[in-house]
Amino acid sequence: MLITRKAEFSASHVCSSPSLSAEENLRLFGAESRPHGHGHNYVVEVTVSGDVDAVHGMVLDLKDLKQVIRERVLDVYDHRFLNREVAPFERVVPTAENIAQDIWRRLDPAIDAMGASLHSVRLHESGELFVEYRGAAAG
Amino acid sequence: MTTLTKRYPFCASHRLCSGLLSAERNRQIFGKCANPHGHGHNYTLEVSVRGEPDPTSGMTMPRGALDRWVQSAVLERIDHRHLNSEIPEFERLVPTSENVLLVVDAWLRAAWPEHFPGQRIRLAGLRLEETPRNSFRC
Repeated sequence: MLITRKAEFSASHVCSSPSLSAEENLRLFGAESRPHGHGHNYVVEVTVSGDVDAVHGMVLDLKDLKQVIRERVLDVYDHRFLNREVAPFERVVPTAENIAQDIWRRLDPAIDAMGASLHSVRLHESGELFVEYRGAAAG
Repeated sequence: MTTLTKRYPFCASHRLCSGLLSAERNRQIFGKCANPHGHGHNYTLEVSVRGEPDPTSGMTMPRGALDRWVQSAVLERIDHRHLNSEIPEFERLVPTSENVLLVVDAWLRAAWPEHFPGQRIRLAGLRLEETPRNSFRC
C-alpha cells in the first residue's frame, strides 16, 4: 500500500555552479542563476509504502509522518535562502533534483524507524516543473 | 535516477469522426465531439525525462534544452492548430487524446537525435490533459 502526504514550504535559491563561468551558468540555468536569488512555493509529496496492520488497519500513523516531515524538512527549509542556510547547498546547486535527493536522505531513516519504507519524494518547484526521486536503490 | 517533468499548455481544435464510419455511427460513438465544425481544448502536455542528475549542474536535463526540444518537436506543430485539417498525421487518424499522445511520442523520439546528439533517449513518459477532468498517460 502506498500513502502520500503533501506539504508546502517557501524558499529562495540561486542555481549556478562555482565551477562554471558566469556565461555558462546563464546559458545552463537562465534566470535561475541571477545572483541575488529568487523564490518558489515548493510542494513536496512524500509517498511511503508498507503493509496494512491487521489490528489498527493502517500502514503508519499519518500524524507521525506529518511530524517527521515538519521536523526534518519544513523546519529546515521553510523561509530560508537555501544556498546560505541549508546544508549541503553551500556547495551543491539547489536544483529541484538535488533538493528532492536531500529530502529523501533526511526522511528515509526516520520512515524506516516507523516500520514503513520511503517510496518516493516528488518535489514541485512551480506549477510547471516537478521532479521525482525514488532512492539510489531504484537505479 | 531522478525523473524531471515539465508541463506545457497548448490550445488546439479537433473533430472526432472516422472516415471509415457512417455519420450516424460517428455520432453514436463520439457524440458532440463529432459536431461537423469541430471544437477546441486547452490541453496540457507533461513531458518526463529520466536520468542521473549531472554532478556539476545538479540537473537531469537543462530546462532550456528540454523546452527547445518540446517547443520545436511538438508545440510549433500543434499549438493553435486544427488537428484534423492542419496536421498530416490526423488526416486519417482520429485525433483522440490517445492518438495525440502516440503522435507526440513519435515526434519527440524522432527529434531527440538532433537536440541531444549521441545521447540515448531519456524520455520517461508523457501525460496529456485534454480538460482538467480528463488525462491520458503513456
